[in-house]
Amino acid sequence: MNPPPLPPGLVAFVKRDCETCKLVDPLLGRLGADEPLTVFTQDDLAFPESLTAIDDLQLEMSWHHGIETVPTLIRVGESGIEEERIVGWSRDQWQAFTGNMELGMTLPEFRPGCGSLSVDPSRSDELNARMGGSGLSTRRVDFAELEDDFEAMYDRGWSDGLPLIPPTEARVMRMLDGTTRAADDVVANVAPDLVDVTVEKIAVNAVMAGCKPEYLPVVIAGIEAICTDEFNIHGLLATTMSVGPVFVVNGPIRNQLEMNSGINVFGQGNRANLTIGRAIQLVVRNVGGGRPGGVDRSTQGNPGKLGLAFPEDEEGTPWISLAEERGFDAGTNAITAFCVEGPRLIVDQLSRTPESLTNSIAQGLVATLSPRMVAGIDALLVLSPEHMARYVDAGWDRARFRSELEERLMVNSDDIIRGTGGIDEGLPAGLEGMQLPKFRPGGLHITHAGGPAGLFSSVFAGWVSGPAGSVPVTKPITP
Amino acid sequence: MTTVLDPTNEATPATIERSMRPESLAGLTVGLLDISKPRGDVFLDRVEERLSALGSTVKRYKKPTFTKPAPVDLRHLIATECDAVIEALAD
Repeated sequence: MNPPPLPPGLVAFVKRDCETCKLVDPLLGRLGADEPLTVFTQDDLAFPESLTAIDDLQLEMSWHHGIETVPTLIRVGESGIEEERIVGWSRDQWQAFTGNMELGMTLPEFRPGCGSLSVDPSRSDELNARMGGSGLSTRRVDFAELEDDFEAMYDRGWSDGLPLIPPTEARVMRMLDGTTRAADDVVANVAPDLVDVTVEKIAVNAVMAGCKPEYLPVVIAGIEAICTDEFNIHGLLATTMSVGPVFVVNGPIRNQLEMNSGINVFGQGNRANLTIGRAIQLVVRNVGGGRPGGVDRSTQGNPGKLGLAFPEDEEGTPWISLAEERGFDAGTNAITAFCVEGPRLIVDQLSRTPESLTNSIAQGLVATLSPRMVAGIDALLVLSPEHMARYVDAGWDRARFRSELEERLMVNSDDIIRGTGGIDEGLPAGLEGMQLPKFRPGGLHITHAGGPAGLFSSVFAGWVSGPAGSVPVTKPITP
Repeated sequence: MTTVLDPTNEATPATIERSMRPESLAGLTVGLLDISKPRGDVFLDRVEERLSALGSTVKRYKKPTFTKPAPVDLRHLIATECDAVIEALAD
């Protein structure tokens, strides 16, 4: 869009809410007597008082001509081309600029200008969207005058059941400021509709979810993680098992985003924990087309499917982090996607030795999904701080804990053959006499989070795990 | 009036005509696709018996895993080798 031209001669931009503009008000009246002068006012048509100003209350001229400070004085040539500009009040500058060496002799030598309303942070997004042409390619949807914005989004099927923030152009542009990636950059191909999703579409859904712009890189990395053949979001949606994606965040970004790894870590109360996961799930719904009752056939679902991302409490343990165990350097910002059910508690309030607690946790883990099911399962164990302390005090590191735990996760197949214990579920006959691991080799994932008090840990059990189903995927979070 | 950006994939549903239904399966080649769920083979074995009795030629196929869509090559193979296909969902 070509900017509207400025008239030849002197042009000034001012606002009443600026002491420096008020200071130069009488000078403007005098300048206007000597040569053509056009003054644009940003906030009050009755200002300046020394002459009649042109209405720029909508800030169109200010925005198009890049006014950052008021007063700004511009000299425009006969052809309408800007030749020179000065900002604020400097007696020397104004005198040289106008050729009037008597100008403002009674005024102070120097006063800085004030911020132009056209770059006011509270208005710039709206102005950029209105005037700049946002460059965003997403289809625009106009709600009717009589539609309530929030009801209109429900009516169009965009919601997961909770209210959404209307994704206006200004909000989406602000969201895109959260990443250095181009809006039209394709991030992934989203199942089940197999649609390429751009940074821009993710930003639209992130706005709706309630994310802040700085969350966007985490959301993008989460989308990259789930839209892989290994993670298999399509199968995860389509299965009748009540699993969904749950995300663990590692690295300094956890604290920069003020994510909660402490009290009520899986619950309500933290914007980043809840909205990052929600944005990812909204992308699956709105871009991928995976809706409950459509391709999502989950028998019972789980509340985490609204969206759950939580950070590992890296500071609360000397152990290496989940991301480090998965091959990333310490300090790397990363997000790991797990395909799991909701969290279930593992209660042990009496164990004081690491051996007793490990025995106890192992029994809890064997019971996940069904105590009659072994192998081919993954789980995400989340040790609480008080349980973690048993191991740290005893000098166990992550590798020791894992190996001790895995030794205790061997199940005697004789106990779970179909029909034993009066239960038809179980292993088929013929597999008697074996010691079988509860989890897929490498399928037990361990992290650390929770409030400082409480002898409770949690486990999120997985779905069909491994290459035949879903494998956890970690992606680095990049700006 | 509020203007927002469309959060969906903006796709317009495509309409694809179904293949003609055959009058009879006699003499036709029928593909049976096992999606690899437990006991799907039990169901398909019985279907194969019935189809063979009708005079159909039966070809059996299997997805590598029930958790993922059938690979494109497998779908193409079935489409080129068969006149009709039955997909077994079982547990």
